[in-house]
This record gives sequence, C-alpha cells and structure tokens, in this order.
Amino acid sequence: MLSIKNLHARVGDAEILKGLSLDVPAGEVHAIMGPNGAGKSTLSYVLTGRDGYEVTEGSATLDGEDLLALDPSERAAKGLFLSFQYPLEIPGVPALTFIRTALNSQRKARGEGEVPAPEFLKRARATAASLKMDFDMLRRGLNVGFSGGEKKRMEIFQMAMLSPRFLILDETDSGLDIDALRIVSEGVNAMRAPDRAMLVITHYQRLLDYVKPDKVHVLAGGRIVASGGPELAHELEKSGYDKYALEAA
Amino acid sequence: MNALAKAEGWMTGSPLPTRRDEAFRYSDLARALRTAPPPSPPASAPGWPGPFEGLADRELVFVNGYESGPDLLLLGDEAVAVRFISDTIDTAHLSRLKVVVAADCMATLLESYEGRGEGYFANTILEIELGKGARLERLVVLDEPDTAVSVSTAEVKLAPGARYAQTVLASGAKLQRHETHLHNPGAGTTARLDGAYLVDGARHADVTTVVTHEGIGGETSQLTKGVAGGSARGVFQGRIVVSEGADKTDARMRHDALLLSDRAEIDAKPELEIYADDVACAHGNTVGALDEEALFYIRSRGVPLDDARIMLTEAFVGEAIERIEHEGAREAARGWAFRRLEALRP
Repeated sequence: MLSIKNLHARVGDAEILKGLSLDVPAGEVHAIMGPNGAGKSTLSYVLTGRDGYEVTEGSATLDGEDLLALDPSERAAKGLFLSFQYPLEIPGVPALTFIRTALNSQRKARGEGEVPAPEFLKRARATAASLKMDFDMLRRGLNVGFSGGEKKRMEIFQMAMLSPRFLILDETDSGLDIDALRIVSEGVNAMRAPDRAMLVITHYQRLLDYVKPDKVHVLAGGRIVASGGPELAHELEKSGYDKYALEAA
Repeated sequence: MNALAKAEGWMTGSPLPTRRDEAFRYSDLARALRTAPPPSPPASAPGWPGPFEGLADRELVFVNGYESGPDLLLLGDEAVAVRFISDTIDTAHLSRLKVVVAADCMATLLESYEGRGEGYFANTILEIELGKGARLERLVVLDEPDTAVSVSTAEVKLAPGARYAQTVLASGAKLQRHETHLHNPGAGTTARLDGAYLVDGARHADVTTVVTHEGIGGETSQLTKGVAGGSARGVFQGRIVVSEGADKTDARMRHDALLLSDRAEIDAKPELEIYADDVACAHGNTVGALDEEALFYIRSRGVPLDDARIMLTEAFVGEAIERIEHEGAREAARGWAFRRLEALRP
C-alpha cells in the first residue's frame, strides 16, 4: 500500500526528513511516535503535498503510484486523507457543502458521477449520528467557532464521508477529553478494513490504547530509528524519547 | 454645487473631473473618456430578461437614457425593477430618475445596469426619498462591458424613522463608478450601505459613499467586499460625516478586499469626520490575499486549486450578500457573484 523510501525533505533551508523509509501494507495500522521536532508533521505534509515542503531525494508511492508527482487534490482523489492536527476554519462555507464539493471533486477526478443529494444527506445523517454530532453543526461555516474537540470530530466525519484508502491521523487525540477520545477512536476503528491502511502520528501512547496499532515506529532526527510491535509504545511511555534523540543526533 | 448637478453638467459641456479632483482621485473620468462622445440614439427595448426577472411587481426600462415611463417613481408596498440599458457604441446618454417611497411603506428597488454596446458613456442620476417610517431595500447590479464608462450618482434623503438598505454589486468596466450620498436625520433612522466589486482583466470599479449624519441617534452600517484579479483596479471611498449636534450616532464601516494577482490594485479611502459628542463610530479596512493554509486544507480534501480559490472567494463575498434581506434578490445576487467569479478564474 504506502511505501516510503529514503525520503529527504526540507522546509526552507532546514532539512527535516533525512532518509525516512517506511512500508504500511493494506489492512494494517502503523503508529509513528517521536519527540517534538522529529519531523512527524513534516511527514504528513510531505505526503499530502503542502507547498513549501520540498522533497530532495527518495520516493513515496501509494499502490505503486508516485504520490510526490501529484497535486494535493489528485492525491486525495487517489484515496489519501490527512486528519489535520489543527483543522482550519472556513467561514461562509457550510460543512455539508464543503464535504459534498470535496466528494464530488474526487469522484470527478476518478471518472465517477456525482453522488445524488438525497443519498449524500442520508449518509451524512447516519455518520453524524454515529459520531454523536449535532447535525445542525454541519449547516454552519466549517469549524467556525468549534472547540478543539469538535474540530477533531469534524475531521473524522469528513474521513468517514470521503472513505479514503489511506488515512494519516496527525495528533488526532490532542484536545480531546476522554469521552470524545472514545467516540473519535470508535470512528477511526470503524474505518479499519482489509483494503485500507492507516498511519497514526502521535506524541503520546494514549490514543494507541483505543486505536491498536499493528506496528509502532519511532521517528527521531528525520528518520525511523526503531520499529516494533505495540509494546514499543508502552516502553516509550515509560522511558521517554531521550535514548532515541541521542541516537539520532 | 452638489454631486448630482455636477454630474448633470458633464452632458452640457462642463469639464469632466480628473484625478486632481479629490473625489475622483482614483477614477480619472477625463482620462477614461478623452473626447466627449455624441448623444446616444434611441434603441429598441431589450430582448433579454434582466437579472431580477420574475422578482418585481412592475418594471421601468431606460434604453440609452430614453425611458418607457415616468421620471418620478412613487413606491408603495411593492418591488420594482428599474433597468438602465446601454445598447450603443461610442455615444453618451443621461438617465434621470426620482424615486419616492411613501410614508410607512416597504418597498424593494431592483436596479440593473445592463450594458450591451461598446465604448459608451452612461451617466445616471437618481434622487431617492423615503417618507417617515418608510423602508426601502435597494439592490444594484452593474454589469457592463470593459470598454464602457459608467457613472451612477444617487442622493438619498431619509425622513426620521426611515430604514434604508442598499447593496451594490459591481462588475467594473473601463471605468465604472457608483456613488451614493446619503443624509441620515437621526431619530432612529437606519441605513445599511453594502457593496461588492468583482473585477478581472483591466476593469475598474469604484464604489463611493458619503454619509452625513444630521440629527441625534442615527445608525449607519457599511460592509463592502472587493475582489480584483488580472490588472484590474478596485476603489472604495467611504466617508462618514457626523455633523455638529448629531450626538449618539452609531456608524460602522468595513471594507475588505482580496487581491488575486500581483498586478491588480485596490485603493481604499475610509474617512470619519466627527463633529459631535457621545458617538460610536468605527471603520476597518483590510487588503490581502487568499489564506494559503485554508487553500491547502481544501485541496487536501480533493478540491482542485482553482475551485478551492473560488470556494474561498465566494465565501468572502458572501458575507456582504448574506445581508440582503429580500430572498429572491439575495439568490439573484449569489448567482451573479458566482458568474463573475468564474470570469476571475486564472
């Protein structure tokens, strides 16, 4: 599914990713943990194609297709989805309108027809109910005036509506209280499928109690410095990142 | 001499204002016209529907300055469309209309400037009067070719307790200016003066307002949104004068503009002149580009860059359009803005 090889990327003059390699096969959930400044968010932006993040070496493919050559919207149409650490507010664009436009844009890029409005609304109602979201929130400007937790829930709502193939969750647990964390995690777990994979980026082990990873990787100094099973997350929680930060330096 | 008399004089040989005239500093009319065009010939009534088709109880049409009805429009509880058609090439015409809304009546004025010719000079003069407790919502759509020069000047007089609202939507032209002079007598009189100009290519749109508060306790609220692409130019001049004795005036003015290209230009001149006490007055003005972070967020969801730009721009302009109270007119305005934004695609 997702295959990253020897990825080097810079922001301005600073090289942030320094030879990162990673494989996430279909059906698996991989966690990336690491200290602040290790390059976790840079990785998510490089994969989704944000301006200002320049790849200088290496490759990233989704099912063999070169992601780095595509425009951000084309990557989304191929099934890539990033749940933002800090979701943006878009005043004047109701959430429902936004998601419907996004969904139909993706379908158009894939040569598929538009989703009929009644079908879209039916799915939106069911999805909102499963995430315990007030449907009226979806008629207001996207994320405008939402709390941090509501914004994260809106990210999961978008993810469920767009049904991507590869999900990147960037610090999705930050800003969530324990109830919201459970609801959001249930939403994420409902997306697990044999033909879908996920990359869960997190600083803390907390989210991984709810979204159980198949593999855990440690990102430090712009590279993966250790990989292991779920027990690695527990070990990091106890001993911290110091050991890896030193190794990377 | 007031603005209306001056504008009328242009048709009879008075010199056209240049950028050395403070009020026309950003819109040099003499330069845009160079030589005075000959008078426009009559033309047949338009064979196309106006932008407010189906929304008005009756319609008044001016073609090249020649009108189909009276030059005094008395409004009761009704919606009236007034269409100023310019269907001519390289000629000039004056249209003049007085609109009076009877006391305690509630009316809607749907005013369109529909240019079909080339290189014309359209000069339009309106006097608008609202009786005691009268309400008027005025929606103005200026849709003119990029070779035309068009100036529309209105003087609005409100009786105490009247409520006036206007939204001007401007396409720009070679030079297009929409000017409103409003007198607020206070005593609970409220005025809303909104606008949006969406200019592409080498178009020029100028939205100018002068509001004078002349009595105690009047209210004015203004929101103008501008979008300029290509090498277009948008001008907003907003002046609020609070005269001596017009205490407890509440006046707020906002102008926000988006530059979609680095060759486009916005000139904004918000002014407050306050000679009274105990007033609440504020103005705000911003000129900027689309938010790059928001653009990336939208694109990351699968929306191509050009569509993402339109989505954000439409939402930006929508803030002014949402304030239109007449539902049908609001929908027509939204449709108009969307078509204009399509023209602004890179």
